[in-house]
Formats: sequence, structure tokens, C-alpha cells
Amino acid sequence: MTVILSYFNYWVVVLLMMIGFYGVIAHGNMDKKLMSLGLFQTSVFIMFISAGKVIGGATPILRDGVALHSNPLPHVLILTAIVVGVATTAVGLALAVRIQEAYGTIEDDLIGDPSHEPEEP
Amino acid sequence: MAALPTLAPMWVIAIPFIGAAAIAASHNHPRLRDGLGWLASIAFFVAVCGHIEPTMSGLGATQTLGELLPGVSIGFALEPLGLLFALIGASLWLVATLYAQSYMKHMDYPHLARFFACYAIALGAAAGMAFSANLLTLFIFYEILTLSTYPLVTHSGSEEARRGGRVYLFYLLASSVGLLLPAIIWTYAATGTLTFQSGGIVDGHIAPHWVPVLLGLFAFGIGKAALMPFHKWLPSAMVAPAPVSALLHAVAVVKAGVFTVLKVVIFVFGVETLSDTGAGIWVSWVAAFTIVAASLVALTLDDFKARLAYSTVAQLSYVVVGAMVATPLAVIGAVMQMAMHAVAKITLFFSAGAIQVASNRKKIQQFDGLGRVMPYTFAFMTVGILSIIGLPIFGGMWSKWYLLLGSLQAEQWIVVGALLISSLLNILYLLIIPLRGFFAPAAEGVPTEGLHEAPLAQRIAMGVTAGGCVLLFFYPEPLYELAKGLVL
Amino acid sequence: MTLTQWMPFIVLMPLILSGVSALLPGKTAPWLLAFATATASTILAALVWLGLGPEPMRYAFGNWAPPMGIEYRVDHANALVALIVSGIASLALLWGKRSADQEIPERQGIFYALFLLALAGLLGITLTGDAFNVFVFLEISSLSTYALVAYGQDRRGLLAAFRYLIMGTIGATFILIGIGFLYMMTGTLNMADLAERIPAVADTNAVRAGFAFIIVGLGLKLALLPLHLWLPNAYAFAPNVITVFLAGTATKVALYVMLRFIYTIFGGDYSFGALPLADIMMVLAVAGMVVGSWVAMFEPNLKRMMAYSSVAQVGYLVLGVALVSIIGLTATFVHLFNHALMKAGLFMALGTVMYRTGSARIEAFYGVGRQMPWTMTAFALLGLSLIGVPATAGFVSKWYLIWGALDAGQVWLVVLILITSLMAVVYIWRVIEAAWFQAPRDQQSPVAEAPKALLIPLWLMVALNIYFGLDTRLSLGAAEQAAQVLLGGF
Repeated sequence: MTVILSYFNYWVVVLLMMIGFYGVIAHGNMDKKLMSLGLFQTSVFIMFISAGKVIGGATPILRDGVALHSNPLPHVLILTAIVVGVATTAVGLALAVRIQEAYGTIEDDLIGDPSHEPEEP
Repeated sequence: MAALPTLAPMWVIAIPFIGAAAIAASHNHPRLRDGLGWLASIAFFVAVCGHIEPTMSGLGATQTLGELLPGVSIGFALEPLGLLFALIGASLWLVATLYAQSYMKHMDYPHLARFFACYAIALGAAAGMAFSANLLTLFIFYEILTLSTYPLVTHSGSEEARRGGRVYLFYLLASSVGLLLPAIIWTYAATGTLTFQSGGIVDGHIAPHWVPVLLGLFAFGIGKAALMPFHKWLPSAMVAPAPVSALLHAVAVVKAGVFTVLKVVIFVFGVETLSDTGAGIWVSWVAAFTIVAASLVALTLDDFKARLAYSTVAQLSYVVVGAMVATPLAVIGAVMQMAMHAVAKITLFFSAGAIQVASNRKKIQQFDGLGRVMPYTFAFMTVGILSIIGLPIFGGMWSKWYLLLGSLQAEQWIVVGALLISSLLNILYLLIIPLRGFFAPAAEGVPTEGLHEAPLAQRIAMGVTAGGCVLLFFYPEPLYELAKGLVL
Repeated sequence: MTLTQWMPFIVLMPLILSGVSALLPGKTAPWLLAFATATASTILAALVWLGLGPEPMRYAFGNWAPPMGIEYRVDHANALVALIVSGIASLALLWGKRSADQEIPERQGIFYALFLLALAGLLGITLTGDAFNVFVFLEISSLSTYALVAYGQDRRGLLAAFRYLIMGTIGATFILIGIGFLYMMTGTLNMADLAERIPAVADTNAVRAGFAFIIVGLGLKLALLPLHLWLPNAYAFAPNVITVFLAGTATKVALYVMLRFIYTIFGGDYSFGALPLADIMMVLAVAGMVVGSWVAMFEPNLKRMMAYSSVAQVGYLVLGVALVSIIGLTATFVHLFNHALMKAGLFMALGTVMYRTGSARIEAFYGVGRQMPWTMTAFALLGLSLIGVPATAGFVSKWYLIWGALDAGQVWLVVLILITSLMAVVYIWRVIEAAWFQAPRDQQSPVAEAPKALLIPLWLMVALNIYFGLDTRLSLGAAEQAAQVLLGGF
């Protein structure tokens, strides 16, 4: 039980990750796919960030009287990853808008495989 | 001969390629195109002749270009067998040029520049094979030969030609990539070299029980040698115009196949190794089977060119038999067969084309009585056939003679039997054609009135090659000496 | 400045100048900038490759010494890959001017900016010595690639890009997870540092899981069957110049990173010893070869056909890795090089025909052989290279692969390599027969031969394919060096 509880941050990560992953696969709506993808990515961010926590450690700012700091590096890394995630969502949404314009829908199931589409004149 | 310049091998090979480029570039000027065709073939012939003297005196030119793989470079080295192959190709190209220019114009074929360019490239590729110093160089030119003849086979562009071309390409590429290439890589992996050496290179590098397997990979992988069951491409190639069948599918391409077999046997495995171990015997049985089976198939065919194709399949296996039995006499026979059959078979294909030009007939049934209208054509055809059967005063006798002696010496009774049966079958399926042409009354519905002889240029071409058949009977010594030098 | 100080500019030039390109108006100026940049990167990469000694060339960014800072670390393996990537980019651009003008009528400044970004990303992945940096550059290149795929006028490109985005992001996130695990276990992100510290913790599930996540994530980027689904449509419906560029570079870089992780970071013994990676890779590689070639034989859209052929070729590449030998790895690298040349060339040829006919369907190629003889002859020659006919670059690749398989005693692999080569004959010949033996669909309006601006770069590719089929000192020598470097570790 303690084992399970002491890793509770990872359990949360796994739970979120699976929800996101399932959503990406199961949803036909492209917006929902992108949301799920965001959730999936965020779960990984949490994994990194929570791993950087040192028990009893203070915020990683150098000051007198504090010897134990949390590890700042994962936070910095994830800052980058978050930017990447935002960019991904932006590109994805932009594509979804264009698809809505071109096909009149963003339901994946209604569009089908583009390779079966007849050639445009 | 000594007065002739000895060009570096690469330049000899380059002549037809340069010629091809020039021919292709002159596609709007028929006269210039024909002139260039002549120029290329003559220059090529002279250049090859320039190598006779040094090569026969044991000072064959060598040349190494870039290194392709570690220890294997693209290189050329002249030796008598390769020179013989190049000479056959070069001399018959001259004759074929005369014939082809006349034939293609009479039959109104389009795209002649492409045709003659590919024709020249094929010869260049054959020369490249002939001069190769190692298996890899040979393999490269082998594939160039396959690819450059594909447009010739499909020249007419009809559905039939396409289908034929597809079979042609598939068999040749599949066998070479599927069997020959692995065999070459296996040799390379085992010996670390691919350079041709008299006495062979595999001896001692490959366990004795694997040698027959490797040999089999080579023998079947060299699809151009048309060993059954990899012979189908040759009948398919008959959709090509007659000059292609004549020069390429009686001479350059098929001889390239048996030449490669000989080269592999003599310079990769070594004649002695093979005759001592008998590793090639099982292949010689397959070849013996091919000889008989192809002759039997030929009996049933009514299309003249198709019959000739199966006859070629059978005759090629004579060379394979000789190479695989691997007694010195048998190898001598095989080498001579390469030359004799080339001269005889090109005559037959010329005559097939001449009949087509004169009467537009392809079926043997329709040839009845045609011999009286086209006496020259049928006479030359008869000479070619007699040479192929192996009767005296025709060159083909010598090769059959040595092959038979060699097989007797090795006590290969199956092979001996196959050779004898095949000669009989030859009489049945080949000799019957001119006999009916001369003596049978014209068949119903195919009158011979109003037809006349083939054009002069074609008659001259046939006459030259038929004369060659006779000449080779009376003067076989150079050929014999050359072959003997290879095995003794 | 020394060469080492110049080295990061291979990545920095396209990265920085992409911003400039976005601001440039018109069509010629941004193209010129992109082409000049890619060429400059190529030259610099070539200089670096030539200037390499036995020790890797290292450059620490901002003077932060590794393992704290990010360093670029270049040895014979990634210098070669960088040279291939930047070289193919310049060739693609050289060819692509006309094609892009036709397919992308407006906002070309942004288009070339994205192109340069994608290039910078791919080069960054290649040169960096930092695991997290790999992820960042991977996403830079991926994001710009998604946009590029969707940049054409074909609406199907949008869908292809979207699906590519979903799968690509999942793959990248997998890599991120894997890197996260490694970081948690070792406390470092520097590759050399990782290589030193991993053995101590190698026998933990976290490291194994991290390894698995990274391999699967890269497998997705690499389009290794069964993770290849994004590739055919992305290649088929992207603008032609992008297809040429991607076909020659994207999967190659992913493979390089995979090799870097397998050999340098985890070490060959761990990757192939502690885990059954070689078996898995071999099965997937063979499946990719067979399935890719099989689908290609029946695919009516020729760009998709070539894309499936790429799936098969990725199979060859991975097969070389799965043989776990110096010959196999050399085969992989030499095929990396050769395949970039031939596939980029083939897509150029298809694009050149499309420039005139506007369609990639096989019906659009009927009779084209006579109307565009130069283009189709080039296609045929490049096709021969793909098949692996001697005297072309493809032959050298096949030779090494077969040799590697024989050397490993795997005769069945030889058989499969040969069978798939013959399948390549079938799908290439389908095009050739359509081009030369079918009557044109529209007899009235024959298409003209392509302009020289497209033909000359195309024939340059043909010449390269033949040159590297005849003189292999450069390609094979480089591949051998690269393989040795990887096998030797850092």
C-alpha cells in the first residue's frame, strides 16, 4: 500500500496519460483529438516536474540558510516542452480550421481516407 | 595485324556506346544515322582485331578503373576466350548492320535511331562482358545487356511485344538478381576476391559439398544461357524484329550467357577442380535434358522463329554440357560450339527475316514451294542447318565432335545419348524446312506466284555467314588452338 | 574562428535565416535565401566532415561546459548524416523552384521559412550531443513539416498533415517520456554522460522502459512498420518539393538518432544483449520490406507508391541494424546515403511529370514516355538504382545487405531481400510500361517536355546515382567510418 501511495504522482501521470491516449484514438472529432493529445502531453510534463521535487527541498533559489533545493532542471526542460506543446496545439487547430473550410466537417469518420478521394480536376 | 593500334579496353568498349549516342542524336538524318551505324561497327571491329596479336601472345591488355567494393574494382583483362566472344560479336555486327538496315527499312519500322542505338549499346555491353577482369564487372555489363535489349524486344510496341518484353525482362532479371547475384556475393564472401584466375578461385575456400550448389546457382542464375527451366525468355524475345533475333538472340545475348558459364567454369571454379570432383555433372544432366526437351518442343512449333528459338535453347545447352563435363576435350568443344553456333544460327535468323520481307510469312507450313522462288535464301538456310546438325564440310561438325569425344572420355553416357538424339531431332525439325521449301508443291491458299527473292543486301549478309560456316570447317585451327590454350 | 566554432552554424544558419525568409516578399528572394542557406550548410557540413579527426568535434553552447550546458558533438556518423540532409535539402531546393511556384502561388516567404526551420530541426537533431535537445529539434522539424505538408493546394494534404501531427506528437511524447526516465535514473541529459552512467543502473525497469519508449517513439518517426501509417499520405499529398526533401531526409535522421541511442547511449551489448531488440527489429524490418513493396505494386497513385517503397526501404535500413555486425551497419549507412539520392531523385522525376500533367495517378503517366523522354528516362534510370541494378548506387546497398545477411548465416534474409528487389522491378516497370506503351489519355493536348530548370537538377540526381554506383570510395568509405564510430562508442 505504501508503495502504491509513495508513487502516487506516477499513478496520476499514468491515469492522465491513458485518458489522453484513449481520447486521441477514440474520438473522431479533430478538436477532441487535439484536446486529448494535450492531456497526454501534459501528463508527461507532470511526470517530469514531480520527479524534480526533492522531499524537504525548498524552491531552487540560492539564499542563506537553505541547503536543500528541489531540482530546477526538469522545470526548465518542461518549460520548453510546454512551448512545444502549445505550438503543436496551435498548428493542429490551424489545420482543423483549414479542414473545416475544405471539407465542411472535422469529423474524421465523415472524411475517410484521403487516398480514396477522387482526383480533383 | 601488328599494324593495328591496340586501344585500351575501355575505349574499345566505349566505341559502340559513343556510336549509340551519335546514332541517337542523328535521328532526324537517316543517311547520317546509317553512316554512323557503319562507322561504329567497323571501328569496333578494327579495335577488337587490334587486340588479337597481344592477347594471343599472352600479353592481353589490362586496365583497372575505380574500386567499386573493397578488393573488387571495375577492371578489364583480355584473355583468349573473351577475345573470341568479342570477335564473334564484332564480326557478326558488321554483317548484321548490312542486314538490319535493309530489313528495318523494308518492314517500315519506326524509331530507327532508337533501334540502332540500342543495338550498338548491346554490342558494347557484350564487349564489356568479354573484356571483364572480374565477376562484378561482368555482372554489370550483363545487366546492361539485359536492359539495353529490352527496348529492342518491345520495339514494335504492340500488346504482344509488351507481353514478350515483360517475360523477357522478368526471367533475365529474376534469374540474375535472384541466383547469379547471390552466387557472386557468396563467392566474394568465401574467397574475398572476384578476379578471374586460370585455375579458379574457389578451390579450397568452399567446402566440397557446397561446390555443386554454388555451381548450380551460377548455371541457373546465368539466365542468358537458357538452361531449363529458365529458358522461357528466349522464345518470348522472338517478338523482336528479325535482326534483333539474329544478332542478339542468336549471338550476343545468348552467347553472353554461355560465355559467362564458360568463364565461371574456367576462371572461377577451374576446369581441373570440376572434372576431378564431378561437381558439375548434375548440371550437365539438366543441360542434357534441356537439349532433348527443347528439341522435342521445337518439333511441335509451326512458327519458324519460335522453332529457331527452341533450337537455340538446345544448342546453348551443348556449351553448358561441355563446360560442366569439364574434360579438356569437352571444354574445347564448348568453346568451339560458341563460335560455330553463332555463325550458323545468325544465318538462319537472317533467312527467317528475309522470308518475312519477301513474302510476309512466318509459319513453316506456308514455306512449301517457297524455296523455288527464293533459292539463295533457302540455300543459305540449308547451309546453316547442316552446320547446326554437325555434318562435315560445315563448321558445326568440329564442335559436336569434340563435345562427343569429351563426354565419351568422361563416360557420361546420359550426355552422349542426349547429344546423339538431339542430332537426329535436328534433322527432323530443321532440315525438313528447306526440303519442303524446295520440293513440296505450294500449299493451298498460299501461292508463290508474284513473290521474289529477298533484297540484295540481305542475300549478301546471309551469303557471308553461310560462307563462314564452310570456312570454319576447313580452317578450324585458330579456334582449336585458342580453345586448347584455355584448358591445357 | 576555427572549424569547430563554425560547426554549429550548420544548424544556426537555417534557424536564424528562416526568420528573415518569412519577411521577404515575392517568390525569388525567399527561394534564393533558402537555397543559399542550404548550400552554405552543405558546404560547411562537408568541411566539417572532411576536417574530422579521430576525436569527435565538440562545441559547447554559451561556453557552458557539458554536461551542464548543451554541446554539439560531431563524429563521422552524424557528420555524414548532416551532409546528406543538407545536401538533399539544397538539391531539393535547386529542383523545386519551378515546382513550388506552381503549387504554392502565394506566401512563399513563409513557405521557405518553414522549409529552413525543418532543415534546421533535422540538422539540430543530427549534431546535438544532448538528449533533450534531440526532442526539441525533433519537434521544431516536425511542426514545420506538418505545416509544409499542408501547404499545397491539394486539400488532402490537410488531412495527411493532421494525421501526421497526431501520430508524430505521440511519437515525440514517447521519446520525451523515455528521456524523462533516463534523466530520473542518471541525472544527466548529455549523451556522453548518459553513456557513462547507464551501465550502473542498466538493470532497472525504469531504464528498460525508457529504452522501449524511445525506440517506439523513434520507430514512429522512422515509419517502421507497423508505425508507418502517417507516411504514405504525408508524402503523397505534400507539395512535391517537400516530398523530395522529406523522402531524402526525415526518416534518415530518425534512424540516425535511433542508432545513436542504441549504440552510443545504451551500448550495443545492452541494446541487443539485455533486450531482444535485434529479433524484433529483424521481424519488423522484413515485414516492412514485404508489405511496403507489396502495397507499392498495386498503388494507383504513384507518389503513394513511392512512399510505400520508402516503407520498404526503411525495412532495408533497419535490417542492416538488426544484423548487428559491422557489415550490416555499413550497409545501413551506405543505404542511408544511396537511398536519399535515389528516392529524392525519383520523387523529383514524379514531380517533374506532375508539373506538366498535374496528377500523380498512373493514368496521368500514359504515353508520357514519348512526350517527356528526358524526364522519364531519368525516372527509369533512378528506378534501376532503386531496384539495385549494377552500376547504380542502389546496387552497392544491396550488395552490402546481402553480404551482411550471408555473413550472419541468414540465407532466408537473402531470399527475402532478393524477392523484394524483384517486387521493386514490378512497381517500377508498371510506370515504365504506362509511360511508353500506353496511348496518352488526352491525344489532343500533348504535354511538352519539362523546362530545363527542372530537368537539370533531375539529371544531376541521375548522375549522382550512377557516379556512386561506380566509384564507391566516398560513399562506402564514409559509411564504414560511420559504422565504426558507432560500434566503437564515444
